[in-house]
Amino acid sequence: MNTSPGPESDWRPSATLEVLKLRARLLQRLRVFFSARGVLEIETPALSGTATTDPALASFATHYTGPRFPQGQTLYLHTSPEFPMKRLLAAGSGSIYQICKVFRDGEAGRQHNPEFTLLEWYRVGFDHHRLMDETGELVMDLLAQSMSLQSPERLTYRESFQRHAGLDPFATSADEFGQAARMHGISVSPELVSEKAPDAWLDLLLTHVVEPKLGQGRLTFIYDYPASQAALARIQPGNPPVAARFELYLNGIELANGFHELADADEQRARFERQLHAREAAGLPAVPLDERLLAALAHGLPDCAGVALGFDRLVMLASGARTIEEVLAFPLERA
Amino acid sequence: MATYSTNEFKAGLKVMLDGDPASIVENEFVKPGKGQAFSRVRIRNLKTGRTIERTFKSGETIEAADVVDVEMQYLYNDGQFWHFMNPESYEQMAADKNAVGDNAKWMKEQDVCIITLWNGLPLIVEPPNTVTLKVTETDPGLKGDTSGGGGKPATLETGAVVRVPLFVKEGETIKVNTRTGEYLSRA
Repeated sequence: MNTSPGPESDWRPSATLEVLKLRARLLQRLRVFFSARGVLEIETPALSGTATTDPALASFATHYTGPRFPQGQTLYLHTSPEFPMKRLLAAGSGSIYQICKVFRDGEAGRQHNPEFTLLEWYRVGFDHHRLMDETGELVMDLLAQSMSLQSPERLTYRESFQRHAGLDPFATSADEFGQAARMHGISVSPELVSEKAPDAWLDLLLTHVVEPKLGQGRLTFIYDYPASQAALARIQPGNPPVAARFELYLNGIELANGFHELADADEQRARFERQLHAREAAGLPAVPLDERLLAALAHGLPDCAGVALGFDRLVMLASGARTIEEVLAFPLERA
Repeated sequence: MATYSTNEFKAGLKVMLDGDPASIVENEFVKPGKGQAFSRVRIRNLKTGRTIERTFKSGETIEAADVVDVEMQYLYNDGQFWHFMNPESYEQMAADKNAVGDNAKWMKEQDVCIITLWNGLPLIVEPPNTVTLKVTETDPGLKGDTSGGGGKPATLETGAVVRVPLFVKEGETIKVNTRTGEYLSRA
């Protein structure tokens, strides 16, 4: 990234006008795609009294003071519009989509900006496999003028590790993960060497070894994640049980994450509470649970699958950009 | 003990790595869709000059290296050490062979060098980007050769050997780029 010397030059956008026009065209195409399929565009609040409990996500907090809350109220910028969208689904909206800015503290890098654009959609009556079909169709359609791609491939999480990292993610100990990382030429800090949590090793090997090999000349969907990485997906019984979750990759870039959505309010509450304990153990700030989401699930979430797609990364792929700055008018350091 | 968190990592930051001072070359923020974030850095060991990769968990801290760059004037070599002086404080300092390394062949008395100090002792000695040195030995140029393609070797007063154009003669002084070892011009 080019760090600019000061306001004299960095008042300018970091994206070219050509890329900004491409962004606009892709947004238009997106809306045509969903309108043709009868999916309703909706909007939900960016500011909320509750926040995600996921220990790997940090919410920005701000403050409202005025009518309705004269004593003041902490409001969190959403990290994803998932919870209010599920409330709409439970209220009978049918299939919906949203294009919105989301906010994540602590995330800046070649593929990350703390404020970015997410496309999120939910399909009533779909499972994650049907939603993978549709996600593939949408992305192929949006990228059609930028590159020619072979038809998408699907690998289970296990297959992707067996093929690209040479190990079975469900039958490997922390010590063996460490050896595998060394074998792949990855040197880690002393703190990481003594890491005992399998998920940390899986994330290390996924990002350093597996991901760079995914999505070469075609979309690659990874599905059937470890149950410990289910997030908001339902768990499928089996040996081992796996999460009905998928991710989409192209050119080694993670583009989308989807679930066959968990609809069980009790299970959802248990996961929230586990995450709150994990936050406390890690010294992370406590956040209020979204009781309205739990009430909506208790009322009944229709059987559905949902997916979130990083729109900026899609524009990166469509324009051949190397960094997210090249597709944002004003990234963090110029904002 | 000063420390840096991964949030402070950037190119040029001096840290301790495996007991040696090191300089971060590049830092990449890596995070899967859901899960643990990492800092993946390329980092150069300032003692060995080797660049390696190392991955940290986001939020980890690492010890800072007490490393500063100072400008000092080169005085003389006593056969074992290269002696330098701070032109403002007149403080003197000696650097050994490990610190000077291959740059010994560019060291000319009175030139101002950049010395990287670690815990107050010279770790790396960098000569100026451009030095002006006298040619002590070179073959006479071949008359009529104006192609300019080949050039010829010339030995300089500090012992360095560089390729120079055929018209350069013994006793002349020339400018040389110390980073590339290339002839620039007659002085």
